[in-house]
Amino acid sequence: MTSGYLWETLPELILSVGAMLLLLVAAWQGDGATRGIGWASVGLLLAAGLSLLGPAGNGGMAFGGLYHADSFAAFAKVLIYLGAAVSILIAPNWFARGGALRAEYPILILLSSAGMGMMVSAGDLLTLYVGLELQSLAAYVLASFMRRDTRSAEAGLKYFILGALASGILLYGIALLYGFSGTTQFGGIASVFRLPAPHEVQVGRLMGLIFLLSGLFFKASIVPFHMWTPDVYEGAPTPVTAFFASAPKVAAVALLVRVAVEALGPATEAWRQIISVVGIASIVWGALAAIVQTNIKRLLAYSSINNVGFAVLGLVAGTAEGVASVLFYMAVYIVMTLGSFLCVMQMRDAEGNQVETIASLSGLSRTRPWLAAAMAMFMFSLAGLPPLFGFWPKWEVFQAVVQIGWWPLAALGIAASVIGAYYYLKIVKIMYFDEPAPEFAPRESRLEGGLIALSAAAISPLGYLAIPYLGAATACAAKALF
Amino acid sequence: MNQLGFPILTLLIALPVFGAIACLFADAKAARWIALGATLINFALGIWLWAAYQIGGPQWQFVESLPLFGRFGWSLGIDGIALMLIELSVFLMPICVLASWESISKRVPEYMAALLLTEALMLGVFEAQDLFLFYLFFEAGLIPMYLIIGIWGGAERIYASYKFFLYTLLGSVLMLIAMLWMANYAHTTSIPVLMRTDFPAAAQTWLFLAFFASFAVKMPMWPFHTWLPDAHVQAPTAGSVILAGVLLKMGGYGFIRFSLPMFPIASAQLFWLIASLSGVAIVYTSLVALVQQDMKKLIAYSSVAHMAFVTFGLFAFNRQGLEGSLLVMLSHGLVSGALFLCVGVVYDRLHTREISRYGGVSNNMPRYAMLFMLFTMASVGLPGTSGFVGEFLSMMGIYGASTWAAFVATTGIVLGAAYMLFLYRRVAQGPLDKPDVAAMRDLSARELWLLVPIALVVLWMGVYPESFMAPMRNDVGVVLSRVDPVWHGGDSRLATGAKSVTVAAAEAH
Repeated sequence: MTSGYLWETLPELILSVGAMLLLLVAAWQGDGATRGIGWASVGLLLAAGLSLLGPAGNGGMAFGGLYHADSFAAFAKVLIYLGAAVSILIAPNWFARGGALRAEYPILILLSSAGMGMMVSAGDLLTLYVGLELQSLAAYVLASFMRRDTRSAEAGLKYFILGALASGILLYGIALLYGFSGTTQFGGIASVFRLPAPHEVQVGRLMGLIFLLSGLFFKASIVPFHMWTPDVYEGAPTPVTAFFASAPKVAAVALLVRVAVEALGPATEAWRQIISVVGIASIVWGALAAIVQTNIKRLLAYSSINNVGFAVLGLVAGTAEGVASVLFYMAVYIVMTLGSFLCVMQMRDAEGNQVETIASLSGLSRTRPWLAAAMAMFMFSLAGLPPLFGFWPKWEVFQAVVQIGWWPLAALGIAASVIGAYYYLKIVKIMYFDEPAPEFAPRESRLEGGLIALSAAAISPLGYLAIPYLGAATACAAKALF
Repeated sequence: MNQLGFPILTLLIALPVFGAIACLFADAKAARWIALGATLINFALGIWLWAAYQIGGPQWQFVESLPLFGRFGWSLGIDGIALMLIELSVFLMPICVLASWESISKRVPEYMAALLLTEALMLGVFEAQDLFLFYLFFEAGLIPMYLIIGIWGGAERIYASYKFFLYTLLGSVLMLIAMLWMANYAHTTSIPVLMRTDFPAAAQTWLFLAFFASFAVKMPMWPFHTWLPDAHVQAPTAGSVILAGVLLKMGGYGFIRFSLPMFPIASAQLFWLIASLSGVAIVYTSLVALVQQDMKKLIAYSSVAHMAFVTFGLFAFNRQGLEGSLLVMLSHGLVSGALFLCVGVVYDRLHTREISRYGGVSNNMPRYAMLFMLFTMASVGLPGTSGFVGEFLSMMGIYGASTWAAFVATTGIVLGAAYMLFLYRRVAQGPLDKPDVAAMRDLSARELWLLVPIALVVLWMGVYPESFMAPMRNDVGVVLSRVDPVWHGGDSRLATGAKSVTVAAAEAH
């Protein structure tokens, strides 16, 4: 191994070595050191993010093509670290009420982030699988972090069983692809796919592609592989749900993009159809199923399904613009989704217990006007209504789709977005039009209030000023794949 | 930059936005005064804008452009058509604030903030020179209006607010896809450039239909109008005034800014569609208005009928039709706004909009009855009021396009007189036999301040419409130059030269 590879994989090294050191600290110091470990973890994520400025951000391939340190991976990693850091920061206050926060929480998030870093940097099906499993195993534990809460335990178990099934499907796809192409490297698979082949081989490749994509759809919770999402989101502790809805989503979607473009690029015509169908299905089902929900976390789960459906439509374009639009979408999505979960975390009754029913938001605009205003902004933004910034990623995605002439798909997607607008409006209606429900306990953490204000400002119309910068960053990241 | 040397159009948008933010931090009393102050300053700026506007000058004036957002820019600029609609908005907004002075008592700061935001977004729609900036403003206007109807509306407000929102949203999303297509085809997002772009004829039909979906709902045209009566009836008085006065005009503005100059071939081809929908709208909604028991609903249906005159005139493809439509839009904005205010006046006293609960109010409310009559007559289109000029011109335009259409449209004038006079008779005339009606006070000074300025403008527009037509003349010419070459001409042209006679007649008028 040359020392150059050290620099290129620096973010993962920082995270994994740091996580192990912190694990030792936790073992010696016990749960008393939890708060310090939390801050140290945020520091490690920051350091990992900063290390992307070096060769890790644009160093090309490492380990003979197993690992790609390009700007695409760097962009996704920034988003992942952001989601992870916020999930660590918001945890202590929440767990202070719901049960003890143990020192493993930030460490598990670090390990999961290291796995996600491997996922988005994967240049080989094996790296992909290892990264994905590292991320998932940490996530299974996180979902059942509140061991004494049956809902949390149920969420963890469900996530584990269904996740294992998805991993199996994924591995089967990997095996088929390896069998029909003779290599596990993305570049190698792409060059084999370009060669003409007899019909049976083509069918085999197609099956491999379908299984591989299905496994990834599961991780990104895209319809019809979304069934675990509402249950896990509902059962998991809210900070963990915020984590699930942000960082792993970005990682899964970025991985999907990389596999589709780098490994399966020559088969664009094949996966384009699949992705447009599952994308539209996610949009429609995510919208329809959300209408009847009474639990805010379940509703946000369907909202994330709906939004990821929009994001992957950008991939249908198969162009650099399309990939850039997906990244743009995920960047804005992560802010909106973290913001809405931060608002959900403020929902506590007078004794400080968490409430999760949508009905308890009733009349929030009169009891907590600023919280209601922030929540309304996140809802309108998730629905993609101008002038909020959530409109623009949808614009980018549809722009990419219209550019390749698939405007009927764009028209279908945007018409389906009106169904989604209905349930987002319902939340606003409950908060603004209905009579006040019992008041929530006052907010205790200044940090959470600050984070809500920051994310609300980011998705307010002020966000439009960021389009040139974010646009340039996503375009640069997307170019790395082409 | 522009003839004033400072970005007056940005200021017109920014001022209400800052006013709205200030309102959120103020108490009820201060919020009322902030809102009134902001709208009055905006009105003064609007007057200044009109004074500085050079009639016959460049097509786009007060232009400002900043490539702020990468993919599109903060480009503002107005022509005469936009100018007149901006004047209408800034004129009506202080009246809306005053109309809500006492009738809105709960959550006043939020209400005033929502009103001011609506004003900013409406002005943005008329000022935007960039396709996507236009779309942003156009869509964003739904949010404050949704809140106004939903929070401060009547008993059925929640249903009405959903219907309003989702209906108009569904209409406009398809327009966005069409806009993306246009921007990709023409490699620009500038509305003035797109107005000169010749899109392929086959694409024009699709683009036209996508824009039509949006504007027809906004307008609203039959059969896409059903959200309007609900929204109007449930909205508070000021909300109804904004809806009828300005928001509906966005549809007509959209047709004249986008559909006609950008897709002239499709417009000419789809004349039959617009004409038949407008024809049905005029007859059907007038008949529906005739049997309404609720005052606001009656006026709402009359709005649909009046808007059908607008679409008829716009798609007559001649100068009289276009100018007539624009005047109908301005006049309807004033008159229907004033009629909603008149309903609000009696509603504030008796808390009912049932027509049969009133009667004979001319006995105890003479000032009210006089102003109400003036606006009724203006709505009917009596010569000397603003309603006459616009309706006459658009009728003339329609005749030039299709004599049959003109025949149908004329029935609308008769029916319009019927339902408006019937309304006036039942409310203002007859015996004053209900004790609670007899106990109603006449107009207060505040209410006079609401209605008298509108009455004066209505008479001004009726007696000397040239003030309002002059700024728009060249811009109507620009639109005509796009649609005239592709229009096959109407069925009323008996001999060559007949057209110049009608033009001369219109100008003499």
